[in-house]
Amino acid sequence: MRQRKPALIITFSATTDAMAMEIYCQARNLPGRLIPIPREITAGCGLAWKTLPGEDARFVQILEEAGIRWEAMKTIELWG
Amino acid sequence: MIYLDNAATTRRKPQPVIDAVVKAMTTMGNASRGAHDSALEASRAVYETRCKIARLFGCTRPDHVVFTCNSTEALNIAISGTLNDGDHVITTDLEHNSVLRPLYRLEEEGTISLSFVPADQRGQVNYDDFAALIRPETRAIVCTHASNLTGQMIDIARVGALAKERGLLFIVDASQTAGCVPIHMEDMGVDVLCFTGHKGIMGPQGTGGLCIREGIEIRPFKVGGSGVQSYRKEQPEEYPTRLEAGTLNSHGLMGLSAALDFIQEIGLETIAAHERAMMTRFYEGVRGIEGVTVYGDFSSDARTAVVALNIRDYDSGEVSDELSQAYDIATRPGAHCAPRMHRALGTTEQGAVRFSASWFTTREEVDAAIQAVRELAE
Repeated sequence: MRQRKPALIITFSATTDAMAMEIYCQARNLPGRLIPIPREITAGCGLAWKTLPGEDARFVQILEEAGIRWEAMKTIELWG
Repeated sequence: MIYLDNAATTRRKPQPVIDAVVKAMTTMGNASRGAHDSALEASRAVYETRCKIARLFGCTRPDHVVFTCNSTEALNIAISGTLNDGDHVITTDLEHNSVLRPLYRLEEEGTISLSFVPADQRGQVNYDDFAALIRPETRAIVCTHASNLTGQMIDIARVGALAKERGLLFIVDASQTAGCVPIHMEDMGVDVLCFTGHKGIMGPQGTGGLCIREGIEIRPFKVGGSGVQSYRKEQPEEYPTRLEAGTLNSHGLMGLSAALDFIQEIGLETIAAHERAMMTRFYEGVRGIEGVTVYGDFSSDARTAVVALNIRDYDSGEVSDELSQAYDIATRPGAHCAPRMHRALGTTEQGAVRFSASWFTTREEVDAAIQAVRELAE
C-alpha cells in the first residue's frame, strides 16, 4: 500500500491563476508543483498547487505578494 | 509568386512559427485539461502566450486575454456580450462586415439602434462626428483601427478619450493593425481590443482573441467544457474561462507565441517602418500612371501597408485575375467585406484591387507590381 503524506493544497478558481502560481514559485525556487484538484477540496477538475505542510502562513504571504487570487488552502494526505 | 494580399493573411510565416506548430502537434496535450506533463506543458504554453499578447497590447491582466479562432469571433463575443436592449451604438463607414454584421443583427432584432460616422470620398472620418452622434442612450463606440480597404487608420486614442469622457464602452477591431502598429489599450482608452493572429502578427490562421480591460463584463457567447468547476451548471465566471468553452487551438497558439517572439526580436517599429516603406514605394510608383485611380488619403502616415486602386473602368476582379495569371502577383479584388467604405469611395460596382505588403515584401516585388500595373493601364 502506498503511503500518504500530509501536503498543503492551494486551489484557484481559474487555470490562469494556477499557471501564474507555478511561474511565480519556480522563479523563486519555492517548493511545490501543480496537481489535479483533490476531491477532498472540491469535486470536479482543475489544477491545484501542492506544497509542504505547515507552510500556510508563508504561502498566504506569497500569494498576496504575487497578487495571485486563490480559492482555498487545506492540508490533506496524498500519495507522493 | 509575388504575394501582395497580406491584408487578407500573411502567407509567408517566420520559420519559427512553423516549427512551433509542428512541435506542438507532436508533443502537446490539452491545455487546462489535467495535470500530466503534456497537459501542463500546453497550459504553460498557452498562459505564456496570454502574457505575450497582454504585453503587446498594453492589457494589464493576462487572464483577461481570451483566445478565439479569429477577429470575427472575438468581435461577435464583444458585441453580443456587452450590448443590451435599448442601447445605441456608434460605429463608422470604415468597418468590415465582422463589425457590421453583428451590429446589424442586433439592430434587426430590435435590440440596439445604430449610427454611423461617415467616411468622405477619401475614406476619412471627421472626429467631431463621433461626439455629435452621442445620445443619452448611447452605450458604445465600436470601430476599426484601420480600414482593410484603404489602410486609413482611425486615431483610436482620440476616440478612446471621448469614450472615456462620455462614459461609453469602446470596442476596437485591430484586425488590420495588430502586430504592425503599436497599440496600448490602457493609454488609448480601449475597453475591448479584438485581434487576429494570422495577419500582421504573422501567426497561424485560426488564432485570434480579445483583450478585456479589467472591470468590463462580457456575457459568454458559447458555453461548455472548461476543465474547471465541472459540476456547475453555468459557465465559470472567471476570465478567460468564461469566454473560452471548448478546447483551444493550442497548436495554433504555439505558432502565435513564436510569431510574437519574432515581432519582439525584429521590433514592431522596424516592421511597421518596412511595411510602410514598401507601400509608399508602391503608391509613388503607381499614382502617376495614366488611367490609375488610387483610393484613400495619403497625406498622413496614419496608414497601414495597403493601397487600393482601379485601372480605368476595368472590373477589379478582371485586373486581379490578370495580375495573377500573367504576372503571378496575388492581390484582392472586389468588395473586401467593406460595403460602406466602397459606397463612400464610389466603388460599389467596380470594386477595387487591393495591394498589401508585409515584413517579407521586397522592393523588387513592389517594383514588379508597379510595372505590371503600368502595363495593364497602357
